Amino acid sequence: MLKINNLTVAHGAIRAIDGISFSVEKGQLAAVIGSNGAGKTTLMRTLSGLKSAENGTATWLDHNLLHGKPEHHVRQGVSHVSEGKSVIAQLTVEENLDLGALWRRNRDEAKATKEEVFNLFPRLGERRKQLADTLSGGERQMLAIGRAYMSRPALLLLDEPSLGLAPLVIEQIFQSIRHIVDSMGVTVVLVEQNAMGALKIADSGVVLNLGRIAASGKASDLIADPAVRTAYLGF
Amino acid sequence: MNQFLDMVLIGISAASIYSLMAISMVLVWRSTRVVNFAQAGMALLSAYIGYELVARVGNFWIALPLAMILGAAFSAFIEFVLMRTLQKHSTQGAIAAIAPIIATLGLLGLIRATIGFIWGQADVQLEAPLSKVGFKFGETTIAVSPMSLFVLLFVITLMIIVSLIFQKTNIGLALRASAYAPEIAQLAGIRVSGIRTLGWAIAGAAGAAAGILQTVNGAGSLSPESLEFSLLLVFGFIAAVIGGLESLPGAVLGALILGLVLAAVQIYISGALVFIVAFLLLLLVLIVRPQGFLGSKAGRRA
Repeated sequence: MLKINNLTVAHGAIRAIDGISFSVEKGQLAAVIGSNGAGKTTLMRTLSGLKSAENGTATWLDHNLLHGKPEHHVRQGVSHVSEGKSVIAQLTVEENLDLGALWRRNRDEAKATKEEVFNLFPRLGERRKQLADTLSGGERQMLAIGRAYMSRPALLLLDEPSLGLAPLVIEQIFQSIRHIVDSMGVTVVLVEQNAMGALKIADSGVVLNLGRIAASGKASDLIADPAVRTAYLGF
Repeated sequence: MNQFLDMVLIGISAASIYSLMAISMVLVWRSTRVVNFAQAGMALLSAYIGYELVARVGNFWIALPLAMILGAAFSAFIEFVLMRTLQKHSTQGAIAAIAPIIATLGLLGLIRATIGFIWGQADVQLEAPLSKVGFKFGETTIAVSPMSLFVLLFVITLMIIVSLIFQKTNIGLALRASAYAPEIAQLAGIRVSGIRTLGWAIAGAAGAAAGILQTVNGAGSLSPESLEFSLLLVFGFIAAVIGGLESLPGAVLGALILGLVLAAVQIYISGALVFIVAFLLLLLVLIVRPQGFLGSKAGRRA
């Protein structure tokens, strides 16, 4: 499982993450919610090796997430889709996907994974030769998730996949994420400002506020919690 | 008509060498965001190494690829030792942007001084392996010689190989992804720092070819303070800027435009105006269309 203990990360002079601890069971979907500046993106960037931590520990199974670069973590089964539709606009859909599996030695397996992605997101298959630049926002997000899936991750870190998307598209993306957890056995940490949407599909949730954990527990309990409802779910 | 044909032939021939220099600037810019002024020194060093190899091996056709391999190795070494260290030490503020560029200027001086130390200040001659007398058609001699024809065909072949590598291979995909969006490439599992070194290596090979071909296609003489190589750098840079600094086909197109314009000036006006026009062209491009003609307006997207 994913274990985070007393993690502290500085962002310039401020502590973006201030001694947080939580864990996510294997095969579960955990939502990390909170307002702007709560430290959600910093948390994800730290777990994927883009940012270094001041203090604390973070491990996935036996693997230390606080040591090594992102390309190292990818090879250990940890993939990160960074904020803002992380696709490369100048490459085709298929090239974006291939990129995620370049490091894999077994080319046949990589090909099979690409078929899995096309099954999950048929629209990517239809547009495989198009430049990523020509895709809609929702399609780009599918491509970003597909690219991360190409490395066959055991742990998938998703940063705000709903950002800037229409409600119907968000619904579709969230269903796909749930499907990745249920049918493909991937553990997912989903960072979202769309707190309600994320908690509805999640098994557990963590509420971040100014770098600290304000609440955590089963997703259904958080939705029912009056304090969380008024502060983060808006009703 | 004959004059016009000469202009086109001279222009294309010069453009082939500028384009090698230009793609070498573009490759370095794309992989590390550095304008490598030392490229002139590296090309000069490669030409000296070519001279040394010809003297020892006695065969230009073996010396050329060998010098390109050594040029690649030297360029990769510079990235690995100098650029990586600079990046590690100055990650913040204006100095982070300036330090690598100043470092390449320093390196240029260092290479020239070292060449003077090893081979002396006097000119050395790198003889052309083929005739430089133009082909004859009846009475008329055209501006293409066996040597310049070889240069052109060699450069075209190199360009085809480079574009196949970039467009059709996994390494090429990694090179493009790391250039467009290093962070995403990294998250996709690409070892971006290794890919950067590879970008410099390819640039070094192209620069080495440019240096040697420029020498044998030109006067054949080499000296540590060679003005010809400073100009080669300038022309390569102008071509790269015309092409938008980001694009390999753009660099080739830029070289072609530059080569033809300079040939036209040389033939129709005066050879003495060539440098003035070259620099005016550079300023004009920077003022009118700083993103080049094939570069996107937004610079690097994604």
